Amino acid sequence: MKEIISKLNKQFESRVRLGIMSVLMVNESIDFTGLRDLLDVTDGNLSSHLTALEKSKLIEMHKQFVGRKPNTSYRITKNGRNAFSEHLEFLARLIKQ
Amino acid sequence: MKILLKDKIFLFTLYFKVLYMTQKQEPIQQLTEIRNMMERSSRFISLSGLSGVIAGIIALIGACFAFFYLDFDERYFDINQYFSEKYYLKFSHSWIFILTDALLVLAAALFAGIYFTSRKAKKNGLKVWDHTAQRLVINLMIPLAAGGIFCMILFYHHLVFLVAPATLIFYGLALLNASKYTYHEIRALGICELILGLIASFLVGYGLIFWAVGFGLLHIFYGLTMYYRYEKSEL
Repeated sequence: MKEIISKLNKQFESRVRLGIMSVLMVNESIDFTGLRDLLDVTDGNLSSHLTALEKSKLIEMHKQFVGRKPNTSYRITKNGRNAFSEHLEFLARLIKQ
Repeated sequence: MKILLKDKIFLFTLYFKVLYMTQKQEPIQQLTEIRNMMERSSRFISLSGLSGVIAGIIALIGACFAFFYLDFDERYFDINQYFSEKYYLKFSHSWIFILTDALLVLAAALFAGIYFTSRKAKKNGLKVWDHTAQRLVINLMIPLAAGGIFCMILFYHHLVFLVAPATLIFYGLALLNASKYTYHEIRALGICELILGLIASFLVGYGLIFWAVGFGLLHIFYGLTMYYRYEKSEL
């Protein structure tokens, strides 16, 4: 049991973080507004979750200019991909039990 | 002893965490949401089957116009006939009509497609022009634009008998490319258009008929399939 529990990642508890990670698993990168429209959350809420995930090095941020507008895009790190895969495995095992 | 106690507390909090977690969101529910999010963010799912049906009908109407305008008592099954002076004269009279007809069909089909697709997106509470739509359009347009330019070149060289097959082939390739970014059934449609285009390149003189089958009948068939598979249950 202890082994399974240790797989439980506290980072993915909230619906928004789960959503961010799911989207980034299948998309090479996505910008802030795209993510916001997909998850249907407010700017502030999304950005706080993004910062938390970025701090724990699960995702990384890229800032660039498209024309004159600043554009912030996010992509998943290797670390984040592994962590999320483990989380998925854990969920699958919980269901089987 | 001290370490053991610490371990027990550690385990206890973890058990608690698991209980708390499952209360908040069931694992099955969590997994469905993950899958839903992955699906929705990577594929454009608002493409409407009805737009395929309407586009097919419009294509058939356009093909009928072309069929009755061109005098089909004298069809040209031999490639050499396409380089005769008689054909050149006929072509110089009819090309404006054919091109206008084709462009009108294209515009009407696009308009219908956009209308039904945005209606479906609105009904499902989704945004139409999101990043999946942009990716779909870009990947569809690259082979399609190349095909359009290639057809212009065929016109330029007076190789008119290859225009209809070329539109089918390039359209098939465009759909094949776009299928990665929307419903995977589009892939089958693309392969059918591709095969049809290749057969049409052999059988010179039947271009319009193959064109009507590819853009008309196949679209209607595909649209109805998609409509009954994905949309009828939602109504």
